[in-house]
Amino acid sequence: MTDTLNPGSAKVGSQVGRSVPRLEGRDKVTGRAEYTHTMQVPGMVHAKLFRSTVAHGKIKSIDTSAAKKLPGVLHVVTVDDVMKVLKSPYYGPAFHDQPILAHEKVRFVGEPVAAVIATDPHIADQAVQLITAEYEELEAVYDEVDALTSKVYVHDVLKPAGTFADLKHLKNAKDTNLALDYRLRRGDFDKAYAAAAHKFEHEFKTQKVLHLSFEPFACIADYKDTHVTLYDSSQGPSFVRTEIARLLGWPENKVRIKVPYLGSGYGSKLYIKLEALALALSMIARKPVKVAYTFEEMFYQITRHPSTFRIKSGVDKDGKIVARKCEVYWNGGAYADIGPRVTQKSGLTAAGPYDIDNVWIDSYALYTNVTPAGALRGFGVPQLVWAYEGHTDMMARALKMDPVDFRRKNIAREGRPHTTGQMLKDSPIEPVMDKVLERMNWSQPFDKGSGTVKRGRGFAIANKAVISPTTSVAIVNVSADGSTTLYCGTVDMGQGSDTAMAQMVGEVLNIPAESVRVTPRDTDVTPYDMGTLGSRSLFHMGHAVKRAAEDARDKLKALAKEVGEPEGSNIPIADLFQKRYGMQAGNVIGSGIYKPDYTPPAPGTGQSPNVTPFWMVAGAGAEIEVDTETGHVKITKLINVVDCGKAINPKSVETQISGAALMHLGFTMFEKMHIDGGQVTNASLADYKIPGFHDVPAVMENIYIEHDQSNGPFGAKGVGEVATFCVGPAIANAIDDAVGVRLMEMPLNAEAVYRALRIKQGKPLENE
Amino acid sequence: MTAARTITFKLNGAPVTADVKPHHNLVELLQTHFGLTGARESCGQGLCGCCTVVVNGKAVSGCLYLALFVDGAEVTTVESLDTRDKLSPVQEAFIEASAFQCGYCTPGFIMMVTQLLDQHPDPSDDQIKHYLTGNLCRCATYPEVMDAVKLAARKRKAGATA
Repeated sequence: MTDTLNPGSAKVGSQVGRSVPRLEGRDKVTGRAEYTHTMQVPGMVHAKLFRSTVAHGKIKSIDTSAAKKLPGVLHVVTVDDVMKVLKSPYYGPAFHDQPILAHEKVRFVGEPVAAVIATDPHIADQAVQLITAEYEELEAVYDEVDALTSKVYVHDVLKPAGTFADLKHLKNAKDTNLALDYRLRRGDFDKAYAAAAHKFEHEFKTQKVLHLSFEPFACIADYKDTHVTLYDSSQGPSFVRTEIARLLGWPENKVRIKVPYLGSGYGSKLYIKLEALALALSMIARKPVKVAYTFEEMFYQITRHPSTFRIKSGVDKDGKIVARKCEVYWNGGAYADIGPRVTQKSGLTAAGPYDIDNVWIDSYALYTNVTPAGALRGFGVPQLVWAYEGHTDMMARALKMDPVDFRRKNIAREGRPHTTGQMLKDSPIEPVMDKVLERMNWSQPFDKGSGTVKRGRGFAIANKAVISPTTSVAIVNVSADGSTTLYCGTVDMGQGSDTAMAQMVGEVLNIPAESVRVTPRDTDVTPYDMGTLGSRSLFHMGHAVKRAAEDARDKLKALAKEVGEPEGSNIPIADLFQKRYGMQAGNVIGSGIYKPDYTPPAPGTGQSPNVTPFWMVAGAGAEIEVDTETGHVKITKLINVVDCGKAINPKSVETQISGAALMHLGFTMFEKMHIDGGQVTNASLADYKIPGFHDVPAVMENIYIEHDQSNGPFGAKGVGEVATFCVGPAIANAIDDAVGVRLMEMPLNAEAVYRALRIKQGKPLENE
Repeated sequence: MTAARTITFKLNGAPVTADVKPHHNLVELLQTHFGLTGARESCGQGLCGCCTVVVNGKAVSGCLYLALFVDGAEVTTVESLDTRDKLSPVQEAFIEASAFQCGYCTPGFIMMVTQLLDQHPDPSDDQIKHYLTGNLCRCATYPEVMDAVKLAARKRKAGATA
């Protein structure tokens, strides 16, 4: 309850900066929190998918006759049926390239080709087994570097969605797999590199890994001829509404997206995934239709981008990096999803947190015949840091320079321009590095191990520009009893955003965060938000929420004046409404909108004075042991440090750092989708291992520094991804320190380390 | 599809009946017949622990446990642990230690930790890790779960002596 208008002592800082237990905690520990995957809607029927078994081919025929005969089957749907209800069956955030069901061609193994709608999911499953399809197989392209020059084209014609200015030139492009070629040019790379005293060139790779949210993808569409409702496990309900409205040719107000809690997302549930399919199926069935994936099916929806990063640096005689060239190839899979944005938005930080006058960056989004790739907790930045921080250590080693001194000599400090030309502000790279070194006891002697167990240590630093420009809107509603409700579209998928946003409302209105109700996301009532992605929410939505709360506060004060309360009156809020409306009635509604200033990068050079509203800054340090007889690496210490601006909820910040680092530890050490002839061969939790209790390092510290974010709400900025950046290169640098081998590709599993050790010993193992 | 059979069992202390088919698993039975969604199927292979349910006093993977097999059994789910005004010590501890993020795996952890503390009221770190090997959390809140287990052990001890 909002107690009174002007409490005697203003409790500034009483809500922000407090580890408020999560508002939804009780629902989650009692098993009563609602998720789309376990949701039922009256009258709902179930759909299951028949998927392509070839990576690239023309569809010759699909035989659905046996499936249709199975009792309980209502419809067997191919794209021809879809096109009877939706003229153009293509969707996507950057390109309208992905068909609801395969249209004429299939482009990856696992692509949905047909759907069965049945009264029972098991019947639908059984019917799927009765479908057969014939394909004329085409040559496929899998590798991102090959894709740039290959004569195999995944798409005949490119179809940019029109939302992004830098994709317009690709409209109707043919004979290419290139879905975006981002470039940045600063200074004169060629000249500076030619003149450099030392030259280094390395190629790093990252493997295909995926999100694996424990709540698999799920969507229930309930189509009526006048409006449609989607119950959706989505990180971005506003975008889903826009895209569904576009597909239907309807105004947005006839499309309702309801999002309960998410069994997480990590970037997988962004933009549009099952929604267009669920919509089409509900239109055909004229009933609510639920599409809920199995765990295995997640391997055929969206993954992280595999990458190849060729990095070249010229260093002068004093150890100053004078030139850097970055060529990054992003393996985007069969459909662009948000890959072109990953390519650009991470591409602009590919040169790292260093002060380099002459920089050349080419970043290529490429179509290939594998599961599409999109955003995964870092929007491409972890792949970049893997390369540039390995490269940094390799150069320091070759120059016989201390890796700390080498970085100190080259770090881009505040007041210096980033490679985009934007002056760095609130970018405490060196303080973050120093905190890592302090917690690692870096200046102390280090035991390098003995016998067959060698010890090593390493660290890495990184930064990222938050995606820009994006918009958030929030509404704060004070009811006549004085209680407060927040409407905001940020999806709480585990990061604790509902609690943090409630804390911001509480801080402005001087009420306990616990008393603020955050409505579940529903586009009929929650206003626009660009999406819960890229660590943007606490900053962007935080600003909108703060403004909405301030607006409500101002309106309450105006109301007090209107009813004749003297200046500074401490009237209970409920009495205020009573006085104005003669009973417990009325509302005070505050609203807030936030969109940061932005200057688009200049075409061709990527230069902009204002490319991002804030920088994320991270560092990590690792101590490891390598068993030289097996190649097994044990992580004995992991230090993760980030700058959070201001910790709105300190416990949530720590949990985000810890969770992000451990998730990335899995990507670093063992996770990998194995693909053979386009077929994923380990599409299950039995064959694709993720971190468990035993993978947590014996010592792990998760630390934040609070460097006030001068333009942030309460000085805060987002921390959802930032602790993923440095884990990989810190461990690879530690392995190099321990045994003198350098791994250029993740995962850093025992086999990879052992093979590298044998090569170093001059006794390479034969390949499999 | 084969015919359904009627089974009778005790669900969270109350006698119930349900018509189930041979291919239905325990998670489906709980969700579709009884509206209990605390046990959830995720990996479908008995590896992640999201579907943990107690049958005759022993934790099982509800996604691999055929519904027919609970005929005559006592089934306990996460929904049995709280009352209108009180959470179990394990549930309280999970909130206080912030031992979850998205919460999808949380009921499974709560059930397993409850059983762990029934068997080992004062578990060591190794016992906790070993016992919870079959519960995975993609948000990786393992350090916080470790804290929660120890906190829950203290709460239970304090409750027993109070």
